[in-house]
Amino acid sequence: MEWETVIGLEIHAQLSTKSKIFSGASTAYGAEPNTQACAVDLGLPGVLPVLNREAVGMAVRFGLAIGAPIAPRSIFARKNYFYPDLPKGYQISQYELPVVGRGQVEIELEDGESRTIGVTRAHLEEDAGKSLHEDYHGMTGVDLNRAGTPLLEIVSEPDMRSAREAVAYMKKIHALVRYLEICDGNMQEGSFRCDANVSVRRKGTEKFGTRAEIKNLNSFRFLERAINFEVERQIDILEGGGAVVQETRLFDPDKGETRSMRSKEEANDYRYFPDPDLLPLDIEPAFIEQVRGSLPELPDEKKHRFMSDHGLSAYDAGVLTASREMAEYFEQVAAAVEGQAKLAANWVMGELAGALNREGREITDSPVSAEALGGLLRRIQDNTISGKIAKEVFEAMWAGEGDADQVIEHKGLKQITDTGAIEQVIDQVIADNPSQLEQYRSGKDKLFGFFVGQVMKRTGGKANPAQVNDLLKQKLS
Amino acid sequence: MHDKTIAELAADLRDGKVSSVELTGHYLRRIESLDNRLNSLITVTAEQALETARAADAARARGEAGPLTGVPIVHKDIFCTDGVRTSCGSRMLDNFISPYDAGVVERFKAAGCPVLGKTNMDEFAMGSSNETSYYGPVNNPWDTQRVPGGSSGGSAAAVAARLAPGATGTDTGGSIRQPAALTGITGLKPTYGRVSRWGMIAFASSLDQGGPMARTAEDCGLMLNVMAGFDERDSTSLERPAEDFNARLNTTLKGLRIGLPREFFGEGMDPGVARVIDEAIDFYKKLGAEFVEVALPHSGLSVPVYYVVAPAECSSNLARFDGVRYGYRCEDPKDLMDLYMRSRGEGFGPEVQRRIMVGTYALSAGYFDAYYLKAQKIRRLIADDFRQAFEQVDVILAPTTPTTAFRLGEKTADPVTMYLSDVYTIAVNLAGLPAMSLPAGFSQGLPVGMQLIGNYFDEARLLGVAHQYQLGTEWHQMAPAGFE
Repeated sequence: MEWETVIGLEIHAQLSTKSKIFSGASTAYGAEPNTQACAVDLGLPGVLPVLNREAVGMAVRFGLAIGAPIAPRSIFARKNYFYPDLPKGYQISQYELPVVGRGQVEIELEDGESRTIGVTRAHLEEDAGKSLHEDYHGMTGVDLNRAGTPLLEIVSEPDMRSAREAVAYMKKIHALVRYLEICDGNMQEGSFRCDANVSVRRKGTEKFGTRAEIKNLNSFRFLERAINFEVERQIDILEGGGAVVQETRLFDPDKGETRSMRSKEEANDYRYFPDPDLLPLDIEPAFIEQVRGSLPELPDEKKHRFMSDHGLSAYDAGVLTASREMAEYFEQVAAAVEGQAKLAANWVMGELAGALNREGREITDSPVSAEALGGLLRRIQDNTISGKIAKEVFEAMWAGEGDADQVIEHKGLKQITDTGAIEQVIDQVIADNPSQLEQYRSGKDKLFGFFVGQVMKRTGGKANPAQVNDLLKQKLS
Repeated sequence: MHDKTIAELAADLRDGKVSSVELTGHYLRRIESLDNRLNSLITVTAEQALETARAADAARARGEAGPLTGVPIVHKDIFCTDGVRTSCGSRMLDNFISPYDAGVVERFKAAGCPVLGKTNMDEFAMGSSNETSYYGPVNNPWDTQRVPGGSSGGSAAAVAARLAPGATGTDTGGSIRQPAALTGITGLKPTYGRVSRWGMIAFASSLDQGGPMARTAEDCGLMLNVMAGFDERDSTSLERPAEDFNARLNTTLKGLRIGLPREFFGEGMDPGVARVIDEAIDFYKKLGAEFVEVALPHSGLSVPVYYVVAPAECSSNLARFDGVRYGYRCEDPKDLMDLYMRSRGEGFGPEVQRRIMVGTYALSAGYFDAYYLKAQKIRRLIADDFRQAFEQVDVILAPTTPTTAFRLGEKTADPVTMYLSDVYTIAVNLAGLPAMSLPAGFSQGLPVGMQLIGNYFDEARLLGVAHQYQLGTEWHQMAPAGFE
């Protein structure tokens, strides 16, 4: 029996406003518990919310970036439930009328194919606080620093058909919110997390299967593992003649499995209703246009520009625009070696990405700056060193031994381009290898490589490979 | 001294006939000797009041006094007051010392008004008799066996008994006007959004509005001049140009068109109340006003609509009282659910619990459309009725309540009977209009209130219409026996 997986994601992106969505308290991460919670965040009697204009601007930025309509009027609603870290006993969210309507994003898969994923809606809401279960001697501590932090909840259509697509979509949204500078994307700190709705159905059927919602996934890897586990679990149930139960599940990364949190029957009735403390949010067309005018170049636009301006392949352009920082780095390197963008692309995606990966560093944290890498590639371009030697220089630069010119100078790696000097070496090599010469001249063309190797060996790899080729051809003929 | 109005006291202070310390001390002594008969105050803040009085006298000496500097008042215990218990009439907040001032409290502080204390009220402003207070009922100074009305019953009784020249109140369904009527004082519920709700503990956010309670319309205007104004901390606060609400006190009523809603003069009204209102109508006719019958066809639905909307909002507004961060917490909770259930079960009284349950039900999946949504639609129709009426008339006149003050305990057994005592006041809150109640006579020794309803932002006109009545009548000057 063939099964098809159906996935929809609800992504929570914490908006990087300075203050909270309904109060003036700071949103900075990592402060002592409850030091960034004012009367409003604590839900004291008599306090009232006032909407943060900056948060609205950020939601509009996102909406425009996914080609979605911005609601001229949206409504804040109360989602009512009791929890110790929910100070007011309700969360202010948007329910029937969200600020961002239906949009879409393109995702690229590793096989080079791309797919369109629908975004149903995105709405503004406040985050809850945190319950701390450790170190309180059987009691629970409550930290309300996070309470009232603005979130943009981005709800997708059930358009994804595999864990990989889900990851690609989440990565795409992650890149987008960072390009837009509306979310720092820090997944460890919980600034970017998602819930996954997962179901399976027999291939070819229209009707969706019963779904499970996996809560609070805060890494791409967890998302992939959780979905894969969940799909297996559901298929096992169905193939065993059972039925999937609609429920909320939690992913345990240590065990690599999801487990039930609460069933549909135990689910809260949130009793949504319009928040009478807040007026409807009216957004003027002029405000939308102002935001539109301030939008940066978005990943897809950038990708197409990289393809047309720099002649890069779709794949390379996609990789290089996956994050704003990577794209900026690449453009700086490419500018240093004008006309050789492919060289820049190869180095950024090859040596640099490899070294970063090896040490688990971010590109913003690279020991070799874009400027320094550009300097190195200029030395390849002007024949000071060969590509092969450049790798050696790069490693030295990575280790902090100076810029490209210093390393080349210090290690004496300057390429030999003096025709006389190269000819001298070639003559010696020919003289020292009479039998190979004879075989070559009698038609064993393959031996040409042997002579190149010998010359390079004797010059310590510093001879200009193109010149060696040319001169050898003359001498051997 | 205590028989004087705020306007007169302010003049005496200005003229140096009395100091704020003397005045404040006098009222504090009255409270000490008389309030045991009324129970109108939950907390007396004598020290703070005298301190403010001294500062007020000093400010006056420096020539820095405003219109009300030095005039003492009391605040309904629904307004958060920095450093003072703010109980909202509930066991839930019996231990709550507010760490901040409500917008209204700030404004009276800035105006230099000493605060004598915090007044008793129905628990979380839910009640029409002041009998739901955790601190016990308030007695009506006109007959201490009777209720003063609610929920601002403590404020009304304190002003009627001359324990304070003015008091703040809040009005969600009549909580300023109904007790004003039952105690023979003047009270104004302003247009929704006039007075900041910041720091005013929410009952039903879309209906709650703070306002003044005093003996005369002029005094209410003086207080509203202090209370009203835009507050950026309240998103429903109205940004309007500053206004002197007493600017039209002396405007002639000649040609004033007064509407009489036929729906407010039907069955259920006490004949004594009807007689008093008829006399008031005759009075206004003599002043040259014209009377026009108007229709408010949906007003009959206002009580049921109110008892869906207000409980729905309260069920959510009161969710924060969970025993976790402040307020009442039950002893030895065995788990989270036990903490919630016992803290709320023991901290809230029966009327509050009833409304939370009604509201929770009205918002529940499957019932939301039939109750909450339907109620909101009718609410719009009620507001439309008023809009059409105000195309024909300048103000609307009606009784404030169907009866005079009832006996303590008389209606506590039957919530619906109790709810009906607000039948004439509730529609105004649903529409967000300004309205006031002023003393218009007596029936069997008990005060009767007349209600004046104005169009949006028409407080100044309302106060003028009331003031003209008070210039020609003495009902507002009557003091209950034993409190003269």
